[in-house]
Parts: sequence; C-alpha cells; structure tokens
Amino acid sequence: MQHHTVLKVAAKLLLPFILLFALYVQFHGDFGPGGGFQAGVIFGAGIILYALVFGTGHARAVVPPGAVRAAAALGVLLYTGVGVASLLLGANFLDYGILAADPVAGQHLGILLVELGVGLTVTAVMILLFYAFAGVEGAETDRAVANRDGAERAAAERAVADRGGASRAGPDWTSTS
Amino acid sequence: MPPAVIEHLILVSLLALMTVTAGAIALTRSLFAAAMLFGIFSLLSAAVFVVLDAVDVAFTEAAVGAGISTILMLATLARTNARQRAGPRLRPGPLALAAGLVLLLAWASSDRPRFAAPEAPANLHVAPRYLQEGPRETGVPNVVTAVLASYRGYDTLGEVTVIFTAGIGVLALLGLGGGARRD
Repeated sequence: MQHHTVLKVAAKLLLPFILLFALYVQFHGDFGPGGGFQAGVIFGAGIILYALVFGTGHARAVVPPGAVRAAAALGVLLYTGVGVASLLLGANFLDYGILAADPVAGQHLGILLVELGVGLTVTAVMILLFYAFAGVEGAETDRAVANRDGAERAAAERAVADRGGASRAGPDWTSTS
Repeated sequence: MPPAVIEHLILVSLLALMTVTAGAIALTRSLFAAAMLFGIFSLLSAAVFVVLDAVDVAFTEAAVGAGISTILMLATLARTNARQRAGPRLRPGPLALAAGLVLLLAWASSDRPRFAAPEAPANLHVAPRYLQEGPRETGVPNVVTAVLASYRGYDTLGEVTVIFTAGIGVLALLGLGGGARRD
C-alpha cells in the first residue's frame, strides 16, 4: 500500500487523534465507558493502521518487537505487582484499600494502576499478533505470496470447473516496495 | 409510538440483520468476504449492546470484534489462501444436530427470567451491593470499572493472563519475524 497518497495523508492526520483517544479511554475509564481493554485495543489498532499504510518495516522501527514483547509481560507484572504490594502491606491480594492512607484513594490508585497494566498488555499483544501474522518482509513474504498465488490459481481453476466463477485476490498487507 | 416499542423494533431489526449476516458467513466461499462479514456481525452486536444500555460491552465489541479481529483475520488471509476449498454444500447430519441444539436452547430459554428483571437471581446476589456501595467504596463513578478492576480484580487478572498467554502462544508458533529487516 505504498502508493496510496490519500490513505497515507488520511492515516497521518488520523493517527494522533486515534492514539490520543486511546489514552482518553484509558484514563477516563473511571468516569465513562472504557478502560484498559478498550484503550489497549484502540492504541494497538492505531499502530496497526500505521503498519498497514506505511509498511511493517517502518512500524517495527517506531515500535520495536522487543519493546512489544517486554510491554506484554510488563502489563501482567504491573497488575500482579499491585496485588503483591497490597499483600505485603497487610491486606488481601488485590485489596487496594491499603495502598493509601484513605481507603477510597487507595482503591482509586489501585484501579488506575491495574487498568494501566491491562492496557499495556492488551496493546502489546495486539501489536505482537499483527507483527507475527504480517511476518517479515523479504524472503518469508515472497514465499507466502508464492504460496497464495499457487493456491489462488488452483482455487480459480476449481471455481471455473465448478461453476465458471472467477476467484478473488486476497489482501496483501506485507508488501513494502 | 412509545419509546419501549421503538427500542423493541430496533432490537428485532438488528437481530434479524445479524441472522442474515450469520447465514451469509456460513454460505460464502470467499474467506475475504467472510472476514468482512464477521466485522459487520460484530458491529451489529455492538449496536445491540448499545440498545441494551451496556455501553462498556458495546465499546469492547466494536473495538475487538469489528476492529482488531477483522484485521487479524485479513492478515492471516494474506498469509494463506482467500478461498475455501469446495466441499459438499449441505450435510444433513450436522444440520440436524445444529437444528436440534437450537430447539433445545429455545426450550431451555423459555424458563429464564425476563431480560433485566429486577427479581432475577443474577440481580439479587451481589449486584445490588456493587451498585449501591461501589461509587462510595471505590470513588469510581463508572460502576463497570469498579466491578471489573476492584471487586472482580482477580477475574480481570485471569483475563489479562489469558491474553498474555495467547500472545506467547502465537509468538512460540510464528515468532515475531524480527530477523532480517529491509529498509
């Protein structure tokens, strides 16, 4: 999708707002609909949009796979960390009331941190899934394309044999050049 | 028309559209079309959740079902083959099994309490306490967030672990493809 100027310009214009909206959903989840899950998915979708329009190579430069892998683990670690912290302070596991002097403030802090953990893990796993499925550019993609072309041809021949229909080409998310 | 009737009409037409979409998914041979229809199905069910006043669920369904899942299915199709192998169109055995299951579920659901009935067992257990004490105990106005992150924090931890484990599983099977990068 490297030659679609309209797509590129539109994506560039939309991206900051998508990422900002994700942050709003993340931190406004206490007051309105939203929370870590939704925010994580929206943030991940923003990065995936970038990868789709500008190529996975550019997305990998902005959001390195190593960082994604670390963030996925960090989110779960943050969530359990809050639980262990309340445990060490003398309350039950994930009993946030103990985290601050005032139980309500402690609850608020605990919910904020836990939602942040959820958001981190969900964002990271969504990007990770896309990276894994989109694959590497280069050798692997060429092989995938060759596989698909062969299969398409076979399917088209079958379809023609079956009822004279034509086959449809699949989307190619991984091409860069 | 009274608002309740209009709401009912919207709900029935949305559910009818979902049924049509599901039928189309089952019948189409083009996997690309099926992926897009799955997205439409999710968007319709998100609209149903909005009508049912479950905005948090609708939000999740729209973002996960209509957004990310569709993209991931398309990304998978880019790796594989966009058409289903031709097979027998109708198999009587599985069809009879599915029809029997539908009848069984319809019969079982006739026994359920009316939707959102205040006297339903699900609404008499811990829900009243969460609704009444939640905002005071947690200081969070959105009760859904309070229940998910605080009262049911352990369950949410399980959900996050499931997502993390799924990510690790895909990573183990496909890898991140971080090797040779071409600029």
